[in-house]
Amino acid sequence: MTTTTRWATRIRGIVTSTIALAMGNVALAQQPQDRFQPLSQQAQEGISASPLLLAAYGFAWAAVFIYVFLLWRRLGKVEHELADVNAQLAKRARR
Amino acid sequence: MRTARWLVPASLAVALLMFFRAPYLINAAPEESTMGAVQKIFYFHVPSAIVAMLSAIVSGIASAMYLRGRRPMADHVALAAAELVVLFGAVVLATGPLWARKAWGLWWVWEARLVITLIMWMLFVAYLLLRRFGGPGSDVLSSAVSLVGAVLVPFVYWSVNMWRTMHPTTSVVPSLQPEMMKPFLWSLAAFLAFYLALLLTRVRLEKSRAALEQAFLALED
Amino acid sequence: MIDVLRAAWLIARKDIVVEIRNRELAYTTLFFAVACILVFAVAFVDDMGHAIPGAAAGILWVAIAFSGTLALGRTFERERQSETLRALLLSPIERPAVYLGKLAALLMLMFAVEAVVVTLVATMFQASLGRAPWMLLGLVVAGTVGFAAVGTLFAAMLARLRSRDVLLPMLLYPVTIPVVIAGVKGTQAIFAAEPNLDLAGMWLAMLISFDAVFITLSLWTFGPVMSE
Repeated sequence: MTTTTRWATRIRGIVTSTIALAMGNVALAQQPQDRFQPLSQQAQEGISASPLLLAAYGFAWAAVFIYVFLLWRRLGKVEHELADVNAQLAKRARR
Repeated sequence: MRTARWLVPASLAVALLMFFRAPYLINAAPEESTMGAVQKIFYFHVPSAIVAMLSAIVSGIASAMYLRGRRPMADHVALAAAELVVLFGAVVLATGPLWARKAWGLWWVWEARLVITLIMWMLFVAYLLLRRFGGPGSDVLSSAVSLVGAVLVPFVYWSVNMWRTMHPTTSVVPSLQPEMMKPFLWSLAAFLAFYLALLLTRVRLEKSRAALEQAFLALED
Repeated sequence: MIDVLRAAWLIARKDIVVEIRNRELAYTTLFFAVACILVFAVAFVDDMGHAIPGAAAGILWVAIAFSGTLALGRTFERERQSETLRALLLSPIERPAVYLGKLAALLMLMFAVEAVVVTLVATMFQASLGRAPWMLLGLVVAGTVGFAAVGTLFAAMLARLRSRDVLLPMLLYPVTIPVVIAGVKGTQAIFAAEPNLDLAGMWLAMLISFDAVFITLSLWTFGPVMSE
């Protein structure tokens, strides 16, 4: 078998099996629709709360954390520079 | 203004301890009857709003003092407080819609409290932009801006009572049950302690920056 | 106190006289407001001449806000160009008088423009003026005063900055939006199919308290902010 025909066979195999799997999935997914949903389960429909809650907490924490981090870094840098410049001034004053 | 050096680490420590305990308390709090679990956003949405409004008032008072006496420390506090309004205001404006999506079915509604809060936030963003891009003299000008922002705060607070809205009214907090009141107060105290730590640190940064500028000028002589 | 008012009147009269001779501001502001309304008319009035219900209030106040910003910018640009702002500040007039004078002149200009704007909006968008004329007048006056009060402060403040054209709208709109919203809500209550005059009255009360607060604040802040 030439390289091209071998690759063609492989690709055909992959495509066929993917389609088979997809059809199987669809068949499986269609099954719950046949079942009757009990009333208690209907309360869970609509938007669920946990992703919203997590997103809210996550945003708050992230915003505050980023701000504190940036603040900390700037403070370190400025105080470092200030110490340097003060040292230079002191050296010059001694001369 | 001589602040005790222990105040920053102390308030920071208090805040962190409280924040570690807070999730347990919030989790233990009962779920609200109509809104369910998503109502728990309340425990830091409202404290953030309180801190943002408090910071706006602090910035306004500091600005008024700066306009009066031109003391640099007043300006530092005004700027630091303005930044924190933007930070905590962003938290409020982000967590609110996330809660609203579940509770009201909408992300946003064009009504009194939301709009005026957004405006107050925008105003302090404008304050920061003015400081950044206004050039010399912008410290005095921005004081007027933050004064106006501070004056808007009472309107934010009472707008919800004046105008029938979807947003819960201010009577919700005083009438909380003890099981909800405790985590709320805990969370509020944590936020306030944290705010204090942040404000003091930011003021210190501003003071050091001003000192650095002075030192550079002295060096050039 | 009388001196302050008299000085304010002198400044206002100066501005009015300049405006009557020049008519630059009156024409540009009026033209801009009418152009605004025309665009909205094209957007919101259908071929039969029926407007979207409830559109009138918003359009009215948008026209007022935009033309007001234009007038504010132009007023102080004119002062800056002829360097009269510095002259005003150097003269032995108390700062609050300068503020009040500029405010009064701007208000007269805006009221003149609004007379045309209100009539135009009412005609084109089928809003009845006769329903509660005094309430409507009160809302328009109180809203314009609130807008102008803060606007004059900020426009004067920014007149000497290089980036004033960018910064003025950025500062002005967040501050004046509460006034505009109160105006819109009150006007809507009047123009609605079932007018709710109590609600309109409530918004009028809020506008008046807004005005009181912001004029006081501006008077107090104008002096320190303008002294450099």
